Amino acid sequence: MKKSTAKKSNIDDIIKKTNSFLCIDCGECTGSCPVSRVNIKYSPRLIVEKVLLGYFDEIKKDEDLWSCLVCGLCSNRCPSDVKYDDFIRMTRKEIRKHKEQLNYTHNRIIQKSMEIMALGHPLNRLDWITKDLKVASKGKYLYFTGCLPYFDVIFEHLNIKPTDSAKNAIKIMNKLGIKPVVSNKEVCCGRDLLYNGDEENFLKLAKINKQMIKDSGTEKIVCTCPECLECLKEIYTDYVGKLNVEFIHITQLMNEGLKKGKLKLNPLDIKKVTFQDPCILGRGFGIYDEPRNVIKSIPEIELLAMEREKDDSICCGPSAWVNCTNYTKRIQHVRLEQAEKTGAQFLITACPKCMIHFSCALNADDSQKCIKLKDISTLISESMKGKNGKRK
Amino acid sequence: MSKNKVSKTSKMKKEKKNVVIVKQDKSKLIKKKASKERIHAGKLTKQEKSKKPRIVTFACNWCSYAGADLAGVSRFQYPPSLRLIRVMCAGRITPTFVLDAFSEGADGVIVSGCHFEDCHYISGSKKAEKVVNLTRKLMHLLGMDERRLRFELISAAEGQKFATVAREFTKEIKKLNEKKHCKKK
Repeated sequence: MKKSTAKKSNIDDIIKKTNSFLCIDCGECTGSCPVSRVNIKYSPRLIVEKVLLGYFDEIKKDEDLWSCLVCGLCSNRCPSDVKYDDFIRMTRKEIRKHKEQLNYTHNRIIQKSMEIMALGHPLNRLDWITKDLKVASKGKYLYFTGCLPYFDVIFEHLNIKPTDSAKNAIKIMNKLGIKPVVSNKEVCCGRDLLYNGDEENFLKLAKINKQMIKDSGTEKIVCTCPECLECLKEIYTDYVGKLNVEFIHITQLMNEGLKKGKLKLNPLDIKKVTFQDPCILGRGFGIYDEPRNVIKSIPEIELLAMEREKDDSICCGPSAWVNCTNYTKRIQHVRLEQAEKTGAQFLITACPKCMIHFSCALNADDSQKCIKLKDISTLISESMKGKNGKRK
Repeated sequence: MSKNKVSKTSKMKKEKKNVVIVKQDKSKLIKKKASKERIHAGKLTKQEKSKKPRIVTFACNWCSYAGADLAGVSRFQYPPSLRLIRVMCAGRITPTFVLDAFSEGADGVIVSGCHFEDCHYISGSKKAEKVVNLTRKLMHLLGMDERRLRFELISAAEGQKFATVAREFTKEIKKLNEKKHCKKK
């Protein structure tokens, strides 16, 4: 093995910032990693060890670094508090300088469109807003759509429409008496680009978004995508400075509305459901109870618990649109089997990416699972209408 | 004396710094302009406006490339604005190819394959049509003009058709370039 040629100061910086010098080699991360369960060769501990010992060239060659799901399970369980998510992000950035080609999924469409957005010319991203949705041009609340209109086009073949969840989220907000701002100047949050190691374009996107938020003069930003929420709230503070805004996930907003009695829910045909905890919403922000409360408050519905849930829950698949392999498909199937074991009709998610990954796995599945997928805001807005579309 | 010297040198340094800053600014501006021009293709400088439009053409190996060859052999006249790229099948083309072409400075893109019934790989050109439709939607979302992308079915015997497509599309792109240029003024 050859020792690295990368700049030593950068590596030292990564080791210091992420506490990886505290690694005691216990193997808790490898034991709990969902990828290691299906791919024996993959080991988070080994990657940390390689960086600590300076074998950077080793990491450059193999694809292991890019198969991490960034689900946060290992950093949650680590006894010496190594921040593995940040570690992966920083190492990828460092490795990317010497590596041009990655195993992109979907022919790099998503990354390419983000790169084009980063140039900062006008976009047409508001076509999905229909007339029945009440949207303001200026106000207290801003709804951050994220990549949903683009996913609509790119994932047409999966028969899903991610903007439906956005429409329903706006319907719910209207019911709560909020007219959210939806800006055309908004661009993608850029989290995926950052996790691909492309810091340059991420910074451009971040600056555009910061300007947009400043110009709109809002006080609260509502997101349906937990990854957008994390990116805007936490990662942007490191890169472009703190935004003086409050960030809320749509489930928190719905929970508040239910407590105040503003949302009235009617029974549906669906009787049994389970809930998939999005990694970042759960382990990242600790939002476990809000979505559960919201689902439970629909009358006549039973929320069933999966085998692994809350902070033990398994991630839905690949991160940042790279390295989607048979291993990630295996993880998805295991998760879907667990969901089906509960006997639920629907698997409810609160993240558009969970929706995309699971529906991709369901579409390609031969075993014909009868479980279906539904977004949480779609479920709630259907229940607001009630059966047959009549309000009681 | 020594004091004077110090003050002089410090002044010089300040001036030098200013000069350097101005230079940096200019280069940055030029870079910014260039990057924006790439996608819009409408914001052309006067020099570039006088040039002929650049059109990237993806032609399938079995039909369209042979069609282009026939057009050349039979000496049909068409403008030299096309850049032909041969691919084995039009179904190989992905939205990223098209978007990459635009961001590298193309004014238009043609994707051309065999007729649906005689595709060499049975369903290649049908797949290409789907991909082109998807790309059009993406281009609309990204604020680009969908008219700059064209899908054509040209067989190996249709040299005349290839020449007419080249002529028409070049005209169209020229119009689009001029229109945008006028609007910006």
